[in-house]
Amino acid sequence: MSTPTEPHYRQPLLKTPFHERARALSQIDRFIPWAGYTTVDVFTSAEQEYFSVRNASSLFDLTPMVKYRVAGADALRFLNRLMTRDLAKLKPGKVAYVVWCDDAGMIIDDGTVFCTGPNEYRICTAERQMDWFTASAIGFDVRISEVTEEVAALAVQGPTSYSLLRAVGLAGLERLKPFEHGQFSMPGASAPITMMVSRTGFTGDLGYELWMEPADAGVVWDTLMRHGGTRGVRPIGSQALNMVRIEAGFVLPNLDFVSAAHTLRIGTERSPIELGLGWLVDFKKGHFTGRRALLAEQTRGPRRQLVGLDIEGTKPAHNSLLYTQRSGRTEAGSITSATWSPTCKRNLALAMVDAPYIATGSVLWVEIYLNRELVWERRMVRARVVERPFFAPARRRATPPAEF
Amino acid sequence: MTTPARARYDAVIVGGGHNGLVCATYLARAGRSVLVLEAADRVGGAAVTREFAPGFQVSAGAHLLHLMPPALLNDLDLGAHGLKFAAHNLPTVALSADGQHLSMQAGGGSGARLSAADARAYTEWRRLMRQISGALHPLLNGAPPRLGTDAWSDRKSLMRLGWRIRRLGRRDMRELLRIGLMNVHDLLEDRFESPQLKGALALDAVLGTNYGPRSPGSVLSLLYRLAATGGTEVLSQPQGGLGALSAALGRAATAAGAEIHTAAPVERILVKDDRASGVALASGQQVLAPVVVSNADPKTTFLGLLGAEFLDAGFVRRITHLRTRGFTGKVHLALDRLPKFPGLDPESLRGRLLVAPDADYIERAYNHAKYNEYSAVPMLEVTVPSLSDPSLAPAGSHVVSIVVQYAPYELNEGWATGRQRFTDIVIDTLGAYAPGLRECVRASELLTPADIEREFRIHGGHWHHAEIAFDQFFMVRPVPGATQYETPLPGLFLCGAGCHPGGGVMGLAGRNAARQVMNRAA
Ligand SMILES: Cc1cc2nc3c(=O)[nH]c(=O)nc-3n(C[C@H](O)[C@H](O)[C@H](O)COP(=O)(O)OP(=O)(O)OC[C@H]3O[C@@H](n4cnc5c(N)ncnc54)[C@H](O)[C@@H]3O)c2cc1C
Repeated sequence: MSTPTEPHYRQPLLKTPFHERARALSQIDRFIPWAGYTTVDVFTSAEQEYFSVRNASSLFDLTPMVKYRVAGADALRFLNRLMTRDLAKLKPGKVAYVVWCDDAGMIIDDGTVFCTGPNEYRICTAERQMDWFTASAIGFDVRISEVTEEVAALAVQGPTSYSLLRAVGLAGLERLKPFEHGQFSMPGASAPITMMVSRTGFTGDLGYELWMEPADAGVVWDTLMRHGGTRGVRPIGSQALNMVRIEAGFVLPNLDFVSAAHTLRIGTERSPIELGLGWLVDFKKGHFTGRRALLAEQTRGPRRQLVGLDIEGTKPAHNSLLYTQRSGRTEAGSITSATWSPTCKRNLALAMVDAPYIATGSVLWVEIYLNRELVWERRMVRARVVERPFFAPARRRATPPAEF
Repeated sequence: MTTPARARYDAVIVGGGHNGLVCATYLARAGRSVLVLEAADRVGGAAVTREFAPGFQVSAGAHLLHLMPPALLNDLDLGAHGLKFAAHNLPTVALSADGQHLSMQAGGGSGARLSAADARAYTEWRRLMRQISGALHPLLNGAPPRLGTDAWSDRKSLMRLGWRIRRLGRRDMRELLRIGLMNVHDLLEDRFESPQLKGALALDAVLGTNYGPRSPGSVLSLLYRLAATGGTEVLSQPQGGLGALSAALGRAATAAGAEIHTAAPVERILVKDDRASGVALASGQQVLAPVVVSNADPKTTFLGLLGAEFLDAGFVRRITHLRTRGFTGKVHLALDRLPKFPGLDPESLRGRLLVAPDADYIERAYNHAKYNEYSAVPMLEVTVPSLSDPSLAPAGSHVVSIVVQYAPYELNEGWATGRQRFTDIVIDTLGAYAPGLRECVRASELLTPADIEREFRIHGGHWHHAEIAFDQFFMVRPVPGATQYETPLPGLFLCGAGCHPGGGVMGLAGRNAARQVMNRAA
């Protein structure tokens, strides 16, 4: 939280309620700005932090996620006109992954919607959306308020995350299914701490997200860290998260697509169909913003699509161009996100690929530049279009989750 | 209200303003079954005649006919449907407090104290305006092109536009491009000396808008007005007021086969499978039609009758931002007798009398409106229609119809108290040219933009339904996404003043819309 004594212009980046804890554990002082907050990029080493997500438990401070409260008699109608999915099916206690588009059917942002009661929702977004939400609210009886600073959020992810949360006393967690949320309590310093817990995350693994009062944040963090023990809890930064989210096949704004609210060049915006998120678009639910454009796009067929690539070798293909042949004469697209996956032991990437080459099994060529002590080398390596997600362990869905 | 004869029509038209009636006529002539539903108890919209004091009738909205192209009047054969003119080719007279009035007529200018330089400049001005408006006039006659499409028809109309401007010749083309974005004050300052002449021309530029003479866009508004008639503006007064024109349009529509119902407000446009499918009336009745054409203004149509939930959010935001606040009021006076207008001959008195002694006078009047006050000394466009048409008033009495600027939609002090004060100001302003006017007034009525909104169901009470401005004009009128009389909702069309080419009793929006409806079906 910002210190009220300092005017905002003296501290251009806000500090989350977990900041002091994170600073104490940061060994290499790698902080980055995220949505107006200073956050940890790497605590110690991205690889080590990565393994805590896949083999143990990780804590990730996601307070900077922008959060909105939406309520009012037309809240559901408002959301269903705003978003491409049919949220009539989203009952209290459920969470949905969503995208929303501009009139041209191009993605403005993705996020999650939590149904917290009849006609009452929380929306989590990557970027601030008040302007678009306000425009979308014209003609609807709905109140929208940003609650980003009122809610501290911590992701607890990894195979031992369930055991860890049980160990700190969250009773009833075994019943929580993926994409569900509920109120849970754990012992606090004096009184029990109650918070919303959702079985959601950005890792594609077993995991939870904890949504609490900022005042409780320190105690929750300390308690979780104390109960790590053999469960191996460790705080992680954005770099490790980026590795696991690529394995899980999730897209990130400004990496895999640029919000249509920000693009300046014609043709650089992306539709849900192009991002491979066509399953989020429900043409049967009635009108929503972008529907007519998306319907036309569906009829026409997309110009390009985001696909998963399995690339030869071990060098991540950051920012590479793709070609149809080794000769590199005809371009077929470009890589948007890339990582070596230590768990899959594969060289993975997400890539925006022109329509003719999007079919699973298509073979493309990737141009990788290697910097060997300032001597640049160019490699043309083979890449295959493969299914996403690259990594989807059964434990992420098991209810109740396994104990460790 | 009467009940529609059928449950299903080829086209339902929401609103029986003059544009709705013209649209209905052309659709019916093309063999469509057409139903017109008008909320008011008479057709005509803002072109109606009604009583405002016992025995006194007035054209309550528009009071002069000057924009409807003769070709359209002829094509609709309104004479056969009962339209007669009480007066034709009326002069415009710029009043002067000293009685040295300046009279202008379609044929040329005449009158007081124009210097030789001004006389020359005015002749050149008329030539230029005739040239430019002649070049621009055809643009009003069809759907404007859309940008960024591959459609041949759009490219063709863009090319034609370029060609027409090029064909003006180097000198006039340059002048058009130079003045197009200017304010009219600078333009007139460049060309003329006589304050009276500048005042009169500036009035034409700002009438019906939210502009002062120094506002950018005021030249566009002037060119628009001139282009509508191709530079040969002829003022006329239908016998029985503008309502008689609307009645004749109604008879033409009926003769063509359209069915018209008044006192039949539409409550909602129906949507089925993402298409307009008909309308629901306030009476509860529903009428089905694959084509719904709205004569109502864009805000009423999209936000009131259709609803945001059937539209994209960006589009709704654009509609919400459409500038639709009116700044024009109307004052009607019932006179026991006509006072003397010193310096005005009887012929001139029957014309269009302007109280705008100079351009700065108008700018000063405009200043108040910016801050939600009425003009302390307003600009007036006055007619005494009962002179040419005694049927409007009891024998010996007269009707004065005044368009007044500026009257804000929302008045700081509130119109409840402001109403009488502003009416008095208007009477006294005109009284300066007709001593004793106040003593002749038996009854009066003021229509503020809020009253105009209520009476004619025009959101914001704007003369043009939506401001005539570069960002709401031609290819982008009323907003991108609803141009060419079409809307984002298939089957829903627009045909009112909010579309290209805009407001005024012109009929082109209605006719162009009918053509577009038929193009779509073809
Ligand atoms: C004070 C004033 C003075 C003017 N003076 C002149 C002038 O002298 N000369 C000139 O050429 N122009 C003048 N104008 C402009 C001109 O009157 C208008 O631009 C023109 O009348 C607009 O015509 P329209 O058919 O497009 O719309 P309108 O005349 O506004 O007609 C729309 C119709 O739709 C109807 N409607 C709306 N909602 C519904 C519904 N839900 N159900 C059913 N029906 C509905 C309305 O009742 C109305 O009849 C003046 C305007 C004003 C305000």
